[in-house]
Amino acid sequence: MPAFNQLNTYLYLAVILFCLGLYGVLSRRNLIAVLISVELMLNAASINFMAFNRFLAPHPAVGQIAALFIMAVAAAEAAIALSIIVALYRKLKSINIEQANELRG
Amino acid sequence: MSLLIATISFYLVVAATVVGAVIAVAARNIFHNVLGLALSLIGVAGLFLYLNSPFVALMQILIYVGAITIAICFAIMLSQPLYLPAPPRNPLKIQGAAFGAGLVFIFLGLLTRQTLWTPAAERVHDWSITTIGHYLLTQYVVIFELISLLLLVAMLGAIVTARGGRGGA
Repeated sequence: MPAFNQLNTYLYLAVILFCLGLYGVLSRRNLIAVLISVELMLNAASINFMAFNRFLAPHPAVGQIAALFIMAVAAAEAAIALSIIVALYRKLKSINIEQANELRG
Repeated sequence: MSLLIATISFYLVVAATVVGAVIAVAARNIFHNVLGLALSLIGVAGLFLYLNSPFVALMQILIYVGAITIAICFAIMLSQPLYLPAPPRNPLKIQGAAFGAGLVFIFLGLLTRQTLWTPAAERVHDWSITTIGHYLLTQYVVIFELISLLLLVAMLGAIVTARGGRGGA
């Protein structure tokens, strides 16, 4: 069976994407870079939904609707995060997350 | 022959996804990060094509590559200037992040390998757009309306936050 017709190929690919995104969230300090990494993790979740939809699900529309929902949530999240980035830059003159520590006790 | 072409283009798509993700995470220049993200998202859209869903692949390109990436570009232009030197990286933090992500990678990889995935007993093979549209307006209509409400609230929240926050000008 070719590789693109096996469930495991897609699942491993999603694991790789998710862990790259997790590494980015943990290691980067630029707020925009963190946002980019979160988008990668959301995409890994979408790939999983679509793969289960293709190979396992009883009805093939369920996973596609879940993937569409993830896209809408990602768009909303990006809009909110970008406005927060703009507001934070106006206040701190920086988007380094280690400098956003005004609430530190 | 067509199988060979399909396999080769599948590996090209996989390579675009992974290489794009690596660029998006590892490159120092934030603009290169966005370009890598766009490459990776196009790769994921190709994967969706291989998963028998041209509609979701189209939406992926339209929403992610067309809208979210451009919005991130706008945020880059409105915030930190690119000519400023980047602060030095903390090697301890990089190592810790790589260690943590590696642990999660091993855990998820083993989980994927050990689980026995069994398909549902009865399966329908109808991947058409008509079916998705039908389900979106009958069985999943609440999800559909919830997405609209979520986008409206997010839009209002983004406007309020970007205009100077509560009580601001």
